[in-house]
Amino acid sequence: MITVSGWADTVLVCIVLTSFVLLGSSRLGACIRVVAFQGVLLGFLTLAARQDDPSLRAPILALVSTGLKGVAFPWLLFRALRDANVRREVEPFVGYGLSMLIGTSFLAGSLWLAGRLPLPSPTISPLVVPVALFTMLVGLFLIVSRRKALTQVLGYLVLENAIYAFGVGLVEGTPMVVELGVLLDLFVAVFVMGIAVFHINREFDHIDADRLSALRDWAG
Amino acid sequence: MIPSLLLIPAVGGVLAYFVRRAGPRRALLVLAAVAHAGMTAATWRVEPAPAWGGWLELDALGRMFLTITSALFLAAALYGVAYLREEGHGERRDVEEGFLFDNAPEATFTACLLLFLAAMTLVTVSQGFGLLWVAVEATTLASAPLIYFHRHHRSLEATWKYLLICSVGIALALLGNFFLAVAASGHGGASVRLVLPDLIARAPGLRIVWLKAAFLLFLVGYGTKMGLAPLHTWLPDAHSEAPSVVSALLSGALLNCALLGIVRVQQVCAAAGQAAFGQGLLVGFGLLSMAVAAVFILGQADYKRMLAYSSVEHMGILTLGIGLGGGGTFGGMLHAVNHSFTKAMMFLVAGNILTRYRSKSTEEVRGVLRALPASGMLWAIGLFAITGSPPFGPFLSELTILKAALDQGRAGVAIAYLILLAVIFVGMATAILGMAQGVPRDARMTARAREPLLRVVPAAALAAVVLLLGVYIPPAVRTALEDAARALG
Amino acid sequence: MSGGSILPLLLALGLAPLLLGVINRTKAAVAGRVGPPLLQPYHDLRKLMAKGAVYSRTTSWVFRAGPVIGLAAVVVAAALVPLGAPALVAFPGDLLLFVYLLALARFSTVIAALDTGSSFEGMGASREVTFSTLAEPALLLALAAIARKTGSLSLSTMLPHVTVGVWAQAAPPLALVALALLVVFLAENGRIPVDDPATHLELTMIHEVMVLDHGGPDLACILYGSALKLWLFGALLIGLALPVHSGHRWLDAGAPALGMLLLAVLTGLVESSMARLRLLSVPRLLVGAGVLSVLALLLVLR
Repeated sequence: MITVSGWADTVLVCIVLTSFVLLGSSRLGACIRVVAFQGVLLGFLTLAARQDDPSLRAPILALVSTGLKGVAFPWLLFRALRDANVRREVEPFVGYGLSMLIGTSFLAGSLWLAGRLPLPSPTISPLVVPVALFTMLVGLFLIVSRRKALTQVLGYLVLENAIYAFGVGLVEGTPMVVELGVLLDLFVAVFVMGIAVFHINREFDHIDADRLSALRDWAG
Repeated sequence: MIPSLLLIPAVGGVLAYFVRRAGPRRALLVLAAVAHAGMTAATWRVEPAPAWGGWLELDALGRMFLTITSALFLAAALYGVAYLREEGHGERRDVEEGFLFDNAPEATFTACLLLFLAAMTLVTVSQGFGLLWVAVEATTLASAPLIYFHRHHRSLEATWKYLLICSVGIALALLGNFFLAVAASGHGGASVRLVLPDLIARAPGLRIVWLKAAFLLFLVGYGTKMGLAPLHTWLPDAHSEAPSVVSALLSGALLNCALLGIVRVQQVCAAAGQAAFGQGLLVGFGLLSMAVAAVFILGQADYKRMLAYSSVEHMGILTLGIGLGGGGTFGGMLHAVNHSFTKAMMFLVAGNILTRYRSKSTEEVRGVLRALPASGMLWAIGLFAITGSPPFGPFLSELTILKAALDQGRAGVAIAYLILLAVIFVGMATAILGMAQGVPRDARMTARAREPLLRVVPAAALAAVVLLLGVYIPPAVRTALEDAARALG
Repeated sequence: MSGGSILPLLLALGLAPLLLGVINRTKAAVAGRVGPPLLQPYHDLRKLMAKGAVYSRTTSWVFRAGPVIGLAAVVVAAALVPLGAPALVAFPGDLLLFVYLLALARFSTVIAALDTGSSFEGMGASREVTFSTLAEPALLLALAAIARKTGSLSLSTMLPHVTVGVWAQAAPPLALVALALLVVFLAENGRIPVDDPATHLELTMIHEVMVLDHGGPDLACILYGSALKLWLFGALLIGLALPVHSGHRWLDAGAPALGMLLLAVLTGLVESSMARLRLLSVPRLLVGAGVLSVLALLLVLR
């Protein structure tokens, strides 16, 4: 019988794989679906983490977060994408192959760094901290290295996923209201960002964030 | 009392969205602002009871910041009524590039203003770190539509940068929250609630490595929101493209809320005996912010952008003060108060200038003293206040910080501080005095226009407060600041 | 050097062309055709051996030696790979020898192609080498991950040690290694989605174009060599993915052989259902396989 750690390990490895797919994928629609899938995986992780908690907290939280990340966010983002009417390609600054190689170095770095941090007593799997660190770095990298505003939103979502994974893996005692509040904030943030992307497209006819450069202090 | 402090602006915001006619809506705005200010004043008299099991509580520091927020919002609301009356709806011509643009619906604007106030109030009353995080993120989300009031590409760009950079920063602060929770987790037993009084009580038992890591993340995360260099890149854009009413609130109230996040975690660190760890970092960030601001203020062509960089500078000054510890912390906290009132006043006056001259350039605007006498005088007064000249409040706080640096024997820090202050004074004085004096380019403006009262009185009231704080600090304020300083080590 | 069984080598030499036949038959079945007979590759080899060869005046001895060296290298490599029984030749580090023998085979094909002096074949050679540059780290790292997990550096001890118990304990890394090896299998043997073995269009050829000028016995050597290479990569994959160690000699040998045939059917299905990737996307796929291997290695090292 595969233990709790086994299940959690598999989910965490899948999360790593989804991050790599995000780094190497060129289609915006595919990227949005992968981020949604990552959210669903985090729901599984929540269930795996709170296996010994008899109350209904964990299933409710997993349900809400899966619903938000797996259903609501992709719906919002697809709507923004459809209204934006731009080429549905990612258009990176850093090529896909190089991005994946950089991702590999992030992974190695996170595994090394996590080995130096003294972990508190029970965590569901020793992989939680490195995977969360790695996903965080991937999220930040996506924000910086991709051209379109929508991919910046996706990078932000991946960053939030990573931090959520940290929370689920390490912390036991946060009141549910606060966790729900975090999720609510996230929802409103994505909602507002979706509206902003729509406005950016209407205003500029593109959603390339690197071309938003009218406000600057250096001339030229 | 605390729930009503939160509910008044929240309910008001929701209602304002649905009110059709402009007149009642503006009245609702002012009413909510007055009610909120009244309740805040009442908290100085009657100690409000903690709500929600200790998660919401108004301690001395929180009350200080709440008062600042409430007073600024009242001034902004009154000014805003006059502003909306003039700018309200219809197409306008952009002052910089000459295209036509719309403004956002006034209902959205008013609703977001009130929700913004509710979120900021929540920040000041939160004692729990998780709730604090939710509130700070809520302020980002509530203020983004406010920045995008003028619907054109520059403000959209500013809004996008604001939204993304601040959200990423705040996400890092969330990670800091989790690290703090790990630091507080019990050794095989009950973990500590992430509520400030509990954490301070149990401080010696916290895991130090995780606490330090949490502090770093809070510093970077909330520091982004606060405008510390090098994380400040969104600030000049957002504060200059937003309408002046909103800029006043952003610079005056919101930056303080972000500061509150850092201060809370420093309180925990100090209780755990780790105050010295953070202080070196705070001094470094403070000086860096001042330096970056100084570089960009010299020769700045846009006066609102100049005011925004001045906000970066002052956040740097007060971070420096907190980082010095001891008397410096008192100075830093006092500076937060002084800066808020001064900067808000400056932005409101800048709004008057912009409306009248239809230009954002420091080169083109001339003769404000002649064209807008009251605003011009406030503009010149504001220059002296903001750069730290006596008899205004910022002078006292900056002097206190300098004294603390010298007391600690940190000559290098003191010298750098003075040089940067001087550079900034030169930069801002040339710009602002140049704008105030002389003769307006357009001769028609010399005919003294009637300045609406509502546009001048709020700014004048704020200026009066700054002057008052320069000569006399009310004992209640002094005690609150000293308490805060003591709690920070 | 430990003595093993000659069975894996005999199975490889005998059954390798059958794999090609199974793949072609599967593709035909999916397309609704009858397809060539299963033993067609054997007939092709027989036919080619009976023909004479024509050599261009611009070629040298390299061109004639290429196919022979390639075949020799692959046959020696076949002696290193276990399939149900330990290989004929086994010693610690033989996995490196295996990889390098296959590299030698590839090198000899490439250099024979360059020897013709034709730019067309040069183009194919450069594409082939580019893809192999990216696929070889994936292969080596995947083998390194298995080596680390089982604690031995010899193919003949590594693969039999991957039992059901090892799978249950370390499923994620082993699954990742299997996936990476599958991608390498498809890439190194010129299968869709990396290369289309049935294409006649110049722009899309990679493997085919390198062997365009060979004829007769040389072509037979190349064809047989590529079938053997297919078998060897498949043996690696089956050895990893099908942990059958019951102790019965015939069952232990028969189950992997059956697995090889199933793998051939799977390849046929994959080829029928996917289109060939754009040439510029193939490096991404191979880097992805490399990343999977690295991930597996990191998980095993932890």
